[in-house]
Formats: sequence, structure tokens, C-alpha cells
Amino acid sequence: MAKGNRRGGMFSDFGWALLPFVFLLSFWVLLRESGLINPTLLPSPLSVFKVFWTNLTQGELLANIRMSVQRVVLGLLLGMLVAVPVGFLVGWYKPVRRFVDPLINFFRALPPIALIPLVIVYLGIGEVAKIAILFYASFFAAVIVMYEGMTQISPVYIRVARTLGATDFEIFTKVMLPMTVPHMLTALRVALGVAWATLVASELVAAQQGLGAMIQNASAFFDLGTIYLGIICIGALALGMDLLLRRISKRLVAWQDKVEG
Amino acid sequence: MDAARERIRFQNVSMQFPTAGGPLDVVSDMSFTVGQGEFVALVGPSGCGKTTLMNMAAGFVKPTSGRVTLDGKEITGPGPDRGVMFQEYGVFPWLTVEQNIAFGLELKASKVSPGERGAIVERYLKLMGLNDFRKAYPKKLSGGMRQRLALARAYAVHPEFVLMDEPFGALDAQTRSAMHDLLLEILHAEGKTVMLITHSVEEAVYLASKVLVISARPSRIREVIDIPFPYPRQRALQETPEFNALRARIHGSVMLEYAAQEAQARSRAQG
Repeated sequence: MAKGNRRGGMFSDFGWALLPFVFLLSFWVLLRESGLINPTLLPSPLSVFKVFWTNLTQGELLANIRMSVQRVVLGLLLGMLVAVPVGFLVGWYKPVRRFVDPLINFFRALPPIALIPLVIVYLGIGEVAKIAILFYASFFAAVIVMYEGMTQISPVYIRVARTLGATDFEIFTKVMLPMTVPHMLTALRVALGVAWATLVASELVAAQQGLGAMIQNASAFFDLGTIYLGIICIGALALGMDLLLRRISKRLVAWQDKVEG
Repeated sequence: MDAARERIRFQNVSMQFPTAGGPLDVVSDMSFTVGQGEFVALVGPSGCGKTTLMNMAAGFVKPTSGRVTLDGKEITGPGPDRGVMFQEYGVFPWLTVEQNIAFGLELKASKVSPGERGAIVERYLKLMGLNDFRKAYPKKLSGGMRQRLALARAYAVHPEFVLMDEPFGALDAQTRSAMHDLLLEILHAEGKTVMLITHSVEEAVYLASKVLVISARPSRIREVIDIPFPYPRQRALQETPEFNALRARIHGSVMLEYAAQEAQARSRAQG
């Protein structure tokens, strides 16, 4: 029974993820066929697919995807690398939290696009500048999830560990760390979404390659098909990476008290 | 039993908590001892500071004045010599049942050699009836099983003392009754010194060798009653007239304190 359920679950996971896109696609076709919108302003799915195919086989689509994935992953990893220890510190020490909380909420609200001029001034227009923007976005998204999660951790586990003779170091490694793994994974997922959402902004900084750059170049030539292609690629990559992370999370935190489904 | 060697001593212990309306006296000049091999139960109205007393013995808080000592030395912090059972069992959700039991054995403070660990874990898995769930995470366990797991984990490190704060409060009547007998069985086999906080008079009389009735806040000792029934005790004890007479007497004493507590709450609400 349980086994059958899981199998069905795995299939329907994919099925359920696909279903809304089938609807979206039909809506797209209907909208175009209905004549409500000037056909030159809305390319058909088929023509976008043709653009996809030529870009894939003759163009630079793969190189663009590789470049963007590389930037997103690098920015995200760097952001997480800083967000996890900072989240620990802020979540654990109340005075630190009181001090840092307003700052984090101030910086978190700034749109990355607004920072581009400053980034160019201080970091130039190279790869570092682009990754810095992605780092900024993912750090602030992740750190807030981390420390909000930390404050929800019940102190009873720490007390139990102390009565069993645990040292401070053991409490950190054997109690605090495992308890924060679910929050780290949530932070990673949230930051991943934010990083992809910030990609186009980061590639406004004189990017030659990347999906964001591809969209911007296309817009100069009013090439709607390529713009749609870029948007779809970003969405699909973000979705795919999120599904992957979700699967990893499920395995890593199988102990969590969640209703299966 | 009367000449039990004194182990834990509360000596003129008082506790105040600062509140918005000035300091609140929670415990007031309390003195009592827990002797080697004794099972001391503290009963009294809820909110009377019983948990504070246990936290002092465990080493989580220090009294505002007075001393809490263990073998004459002041208690300064928690340690593996005093196993604690919390109201919320505190079973680690990220560890399996057997990993939970082994937790204390794998710490640096553990005196158990790695070779003995497995045997100890096996023993408590069997004793607590958790063998079939050894690889399961706590989310799969019932309340009674989590309770048994917490008990197993506390016992595995071989504490000399077991401190229990309303450990059976959240269990249904049948499970609680089964836990009582399991506890008596283990105590009979392993002989521990126990301090139990409870609001169930029946539980206190059935399990303990000495019952302290705690007054309404601030906590004082209202009465000390020796429970004369020899161990091992059986469920049938609860049907005897002696048991019921003792229970009724202590119950009367506790009810007076409940009434006092109520009166306090009323006057606070009006003031």
C-alpha cells in the first residue's frame, strides 16, 4: 500500500507539475487564435518553439543557459555560505538580532536594479559585478528565513542534551545543526527563486552571454520570439532546480513532522 | 528507608521572579531532603513553583537565596548524574528511536565504552517495548511510546537520580497506568533515587516512598507523608483500604491548597 502510494506519488508529482502548463499553453493558443491581440505582438507557441530549435542547434542557447546557471549557482552558493553562519548568529543571540534586524529589513527591500549603478562604480562591469548582485539578492532572502526558523527552535532539546552531559560544542554539532537543516533547505529554496528572479537585472551589467543578455539583445530588435524563449527558459530552469531541491530535502529531512503528499 | 543516606538537600531555598508588578515570591524558605534510594513525590496546585524546584535540582536555575546541594556540594549546572524527564518529552525528532537512546552514550561525558553501547541500547529497546520501532523516527510514535523513549534515553546513561516533571500528564489513563508499572519495574531492577513532580495524588501515593504536599504560591511544604507500602508494588494495592485512606488524606490536604490558590487568583484579578 505504502509502496504503491509512493510510486503513484512520484508519477503524479511530475504530472501535477506539468498539468498547469498544458492549460497555460492552451490559453496562449486560444488567445492568439481569438484575434483579441495583434498577432505581431504575440508569437505563437509553434514559432517560439522554432526559435528555440534554431537557437539550440545553430545559436548560442546552450552557452547562454550555461552562463546564467553558472552565475545563479555561484551567487546562490556564496549567498548561502554567508547567510547560514550569519543566520545562526542572529537567530541565537537576541541582542545581535535586535541590532541587525532593522538593517537586514532595510537592505532586503532594495531592488537589485537600483544597486546596479553602484555595483558598476565599485566593482566594474565584469563577472564579479554580476555575481555580486545575485549574491546580494540570495543572501538577504536566505538570512531572514534562517533566523526566523532559528527562533522557532524549542529550547527543550538543548536542555535535554545538557542533562545527558553534552558540552556546548556537542550541543552545537549534535542538536543545533540537525535542527537547522530544514531551515537551511527552505532558505536555499527561497534564495534560489530570488536569484533567478534577479538574473535579468544582474545581466543588465554589460553581459555578452546569458539568458538575461539574450532577452535584452532581442528587445533591441523587437524579437518577441526570442524574448519569450528567454523567459520560458528562466522559468523552466528555476522550476527544475526547485523540484530537484525539494526531492533532496525530502530525503534529508525525512524525520520532519509533515503530512506526506 | 528512614535512615536513608541524604543525597539532595534543599536548604532554606527561596525563589523570586521579577514581574511588572514587582518581585513575585514563587518558593519561600523551603527545606527538605531526598535520601539515597528514596522516591519523593511533590504534589500541589499547578503554578505553585514545583517545576522551579525541579529546575533547581536539575541545575537549570539557582535559588534567589538558600542552597540546593548534592552530596553536600552546591548544584551549579545540569549533568548526566541527574536524568531529567520533561513534561514535553524532548525526544529528538531528527534521530531514530535507537539513535535517541544512544545519544547520551555517544557524548564525551559518557563513561560507557563504545563496545558496551550496543548492548545498553538493545536492553532498553526491549525493556521499553520499542524493539519493533528501533529504526523509526519519533513522528511515527504514539505519546506513550515517546514517553518510554524519553525514559529509555534518560536511563541509558545510568543517572543516579531521576527527576521527573509531570511526565505522565499528557498520557491517557490506560497508558499512564502502564507507565507507572513499567517505572516501578525498572526502579525495582535498577534502584534509582527519584524526585517526581505531579498533580495526581493517586500517582504520588502509588509510586512514591515519601510525598511532600506543596502549598499554594509561594511554595512551602505543607505536609510530609511517608508512604509505608513496600516495593515492589502491584496494581492491586490501589484497591486496598489503606491505600485509599492515605490517598483521601493527602487529597484533602492538596484540595485546601487548591482553594488557597483560587483565592489568590481571585484577589489578584480584583486588585
